[in-house]
Amino acid sequence: MTRRCSVLALAAYLLSWRAFAQQGGELHFCLHSEPKTFNPQLVTEEGGETIRYLTGGVLIRVNRSTQELQPELAVSWKILAGGRKIEFALRQGVSFSDGTPFSAEDVAYTMRALMDTDLHSPTGDSFRSSAGPLDVKTSGPYHLTITFPAPVPGMERLFDQVAILSAHSQRKESLFLGPFCMAEYKAGSYVLLRRNPHYWKRDDAGRQLPYLDSIRLDIQKNRDLEMLRFRRGQLHLINNLDPELFDQLAAEAPSSVHDAGASLDSELLWFNQVPSSPLPAYKKAWFRSQGFRRAISGAINREDLCRVVYRGHASPAAGPVSPANQFWFRAGLKQHAFDPQGALGRLEQEGFRLDGGVLRDRDGHPVEFSVITNAGNKPRERMAVMIQQDLGKLGVRLNVVTLDFPSLIDRISRSYDYEACLLGFVNDDMDPNAQMNVWLSSASNHQWNPEQKSPETEWEAQIDRLMRAQASVSDPRKRKASFDKVQDIIWDEAPFLYLVYKNSLSAVSAMVQNARPTGLRPQTYWNAERLSLVSEVARSR
Amino acid sequence: MWIHRAARHTATILITVLLGGLLGATLLRFAPGFGVDEQELDTRLSGATIQALRDSHAAERNVLVFYARYLSGLLRGDLGVSRSLQRPISELLSQRIPVTLRLVAFGLLAGWLLGLALALPGAISGKPAHDILPGFLSGALLSLPSALVAVLFVLIGGPGPLAIALVIAPKVYRYSRNLLAQTSAMPHVLAARAKGLSRLRILLWHVLPIAAPQIIALAGVSVSIAFGASIPIEVICDFPGIGQLAWQAALARDMPLLVNLTVLVTVVTLVANSASDLAVSPSSGRQ
Amino acid sequence: MKTLRQFVWGILILVFAASLMAGLLAPAPYGQQFRDSTNAGPSRRFPLGTDELGRDRLSRLLYGSRVSLLLAPAAALLSTFIAALIGGLAGYLGGWWERLIMRFIDLSLSLPWLFLLLTVRALLPLNVSPVASVSITFALLGLLGWAGPARVVRSGVRSLTSSGFVLQARACGCRGSRLLVMQVLPNLKPILQAQFWISVPVFILAEANLGLLGLGVSEPLPSWGNLLRGLENYGAVRSNPWTLAPVLLLVIVMGSLHLVFPGEDYYS
Repeated sequence: MTRRCSVLALAAYLLSWRAFAQQGGELHFCLHSEPKTFNPQLVTEEGGETIRYLTGGVLIRVNRSTQELQPELAVSWKILAGGRKIEFALRQGVSFSDGTPFSAEDVAYTMRALMDTDLHSPTGDSFRSSAGPLDVKTSGPYHLTITFPAPVPGMERLFDQVAILSAHSQRKESLFLGPFCMAEYKAGSYVLLRRNPHYWKRDDAGRQLPYLDSIRLDIQKNRDLEMLRFRRGQLHLINNLDPELFDQLAAEAPSSVHDAGASLDSELLWFNQVPSSPLPAYKKAWFRSQGFRRAISGAINREDLCRVVYRGHASPAAGPVSPANQFWFRAGLKQHAFDPQGALGRLEQEGFRLDGGVLRDRDGHPVEFSVITNAGNKPRERMAVMIQQDLGKLGVRLNVVTLDFPSLIDRISRSYDYEACLLGFVNDDMDPNAQMNVWLSSASNHQWNPEQKSPETEWEAQIDRLMRAQASVSDPRKRKASFDKVQDIIWDEAPFLYLVYKNSLSAVSAMVQNARPTGLRPQTYWNAERLSLVSEVARSR
Repeated sequence: MWIHRAARHTATILITVLLGGLLGATLLRFAPGFGVDEQELDTRLSGATIQALRDSHAAERNVLVFYARYLSGLLRGDLGVSRSLQRPISELLSQRIPVTLRLVAFGLLAGWLLGLALALPGAISGKPAHDILPGFLSGALLSLPSALVAVLFVLIGGPGPLAIALVIAPKVYRYSRNLLAQTSAMPHVLAARAKGLSRLRILLWHVLPIAAPQIIALAGVSVSIAFGASIPIEVICDFPGIGQLAWQAALARDMPLLVNLTVLVTVVTLVANSASDLAVSPSSGRQ
Repeated sequence: MKTLRQFVWGILILVFAASLMAGLLAPAPYGQQFRDSTNAGPSRRFPLGTDELGRDRLSRLLYGSRVSLLLAPAAALLSTFIAALIGGLAGYLGGWWERLIMRFIDLSLSLPWLFLLLTVRALLPLNVSPVASVSITFALLGLLGWAGPARVVRSGVRSLTSSGFVLQARACGCRGSRLLVMQVLPNLKPILQAQFWISVPVFILAEANLGLLGLGVSEPLPSWGNLLRGLENYGAVRSNPWTLAPVLLLVIVMGSLHLVFPGEDYYS
């Protein structure tokens, strides 16, 4: 009896030690932009999205590590009516951060507010595959059915972005279902989040999550200063680490840096194909020629870009979907081969001639054009300079112009007064349906020739058909088949010259336990409720 | 009589400030990138949302109407709402002005102390050798623009406010050194030396009182220099002050915020420069 | 002191000559990327190492000196000339005119000229030759940088016009333009010189900041300005201290110029 008691006592003592070692502490990292709004339905930038991820409760969560769906506030769901309807069974016994109970009414309220057309919520727009009213029916406190006016492809993953608001409370933005609550906000300085005392999730041992007491988010735009503070031990995490800073830190503290492989982001170059642009006719002819675009693509040394600009922390890109996107990636696509001779051959077929080191078109115009990119983004500026040298070998003169972002956007979406543009796509959503506005020729983000009244080329018409096809079925395999064909067409016609897929680089201090950085955002704190800090006592053991 | 002058001065300042605000708004309105929003590149947005984004700039398209509305709001104490930060501008300014003031005050104090500390030994002893090192240092620092000083400061891990001190100190040193040298060559000082007074006593009783008004006039100008230097330093060292706000407002084409900041900067510049003018003018005939 | 001045003159002449002979002295073309030796340390092949794209730093410093040492003084000359004109008029005319011009100067100091620069960028064609881009950049700097010096010039002119020797000249019958040219202007020289030498390094760095707006010297042409902006990568500078070479050169050249041409800083 006494032996069992002592064993139990010892076990309790050891368990309590673990508990002691894992409870508490304040995690400290930086936001790179000031949060513009705390309304989870309107956030669009990093600051707001971070706070929404940490404080918002969602029905379905995309597990960033496995890329699978996991139930959160919804214990189960069913998709019906060919992708138009979704039925949820909600988790019982959950409360908001002030103790008020969570029920289906809160979900109904949230969805109705989200889909309000006057709100213009970006998340709401993702659900809005067509106009029309939303229908939400609750059957009891823990069941509801949402019916959309048209099928929403990949609907379940979209719920990862919908933070549930309280239907009844007056202070809607101050009630949270996530692991943390907003406690303090000092503009320009920091945001403090404290643990949610009513958070529903428990770990395998039955202890209430999160382990951390609080998270402090400093607002710091300067990456170099952030790095200095990390080195001094003032910060625990760095997300989206610069490749150069990564290498410096790797030399000092190799265990603190993580290269989680390819992220979903890509960098690309495109030519202005807008017929009404103020460019001279001969340049418009170059940019509209598939042979010209493929030749330029073949003259760019993507391996060098990855090696020099990204220090090896990037891979050459072939198409819009990076290998990080396990389901939608097209394995058979390879980057356009680096082949300057072949490129010259293609150009000669189009009527270009290399004449004394200068490439000229069939009318004798020397091939010279400019590429615009946003100033202050060093990797893009460097890539532009490297491409300048690569194209120089072909006799093409490339002028690099760095512009501030509003001027750049003005040129690419209003005045169309540009020749080529080098930018990147930041993808948070793995489903290509989120990029509908890029691939449809009538949409505004169809960058090389936006808002066409009707598709101007046969291949763009084909892309339109295929994208509509994938949006109208719910079988993932059929959708993939259509989108694979879209990727093939893009590879062939090269309206976008994909350059690199950036790797997901992050730094995690040795004081943080359970961090498993992934390629998807948020990289280091996707499992924030299970992160803990090594306490002083535990460390000294 | 001085009421007349003060009233005239105030009226001129007021008119100039109003003009400044209007011109600032006009420059912004006709610069490229007005009315565009970074959010337009978000691929999730529907056509209606993008149109709503573009329409939200409609209130600013006519500069005169916008400015009139701004002025009427100003009279009621409402400075407007910043479009890029989504917060009332009065709140933003009240949070950021103290940060900039602290930075500038600290920099000015340290800069003046350093500058005078470098100038006085040479003034007291009168030996040119005491001037070589401070002279070289001040020449070197004068050659570095404030932004570069800030960058170098961050490199060595020093505090940002000290960077302003390093911008002010060499100017203070050179000016006061020249001034003290000139004043020391005046006849009554030479007479005092001939009579055998100690150098320190001459400095305190005979040189400084004459040079004081002009040194004070420099103080006024150094304030505007310090404010000018604070902008790049705030941007580089990430201090949440007015300078950083101005830079962000410019890059975001935030018309309400920028008009307020232009008005603020114009007021500060005018007041500082007028004050230094008034301080100098009584003594200008006293060469 | 005399040997010090001779020594400093020697340094200045050396630097200028080296930049003019950049074509002969540079180990490699300034734009050529040696992609296998990026961020390399000093070696026989690359005396100052290479930058992050593998371009030889010494070559870029030499060619960059040429751009900055020729054009920043030209811009400073332009701005000092405009400052002398406007500030001189204000100080000389006095009264109502002076007040008007001073308010105009104050406005020029307060307005966000950034937007005018952006408009200029929008009006220029995207494809400009490097020579054109450099010249336009420095012309813009010269046209916008006159306001601060103008104030100083005006104070100087005011104190001059009420100074003893000018009063005496007027008493002797010297008036108007003769007074201006023979008595006032020559005594303005120290002030103008001081303003000129202060403007030069400011323009060198301002040129780099213009790069953020799409103006400034376009790649791959180097200039001290864009070499100095490379210092913002603090970690790289700590591990490769030779990246501070442009700063060192700037300090040496400007310090020497101040020693050789000392000016009187009234309100600078």
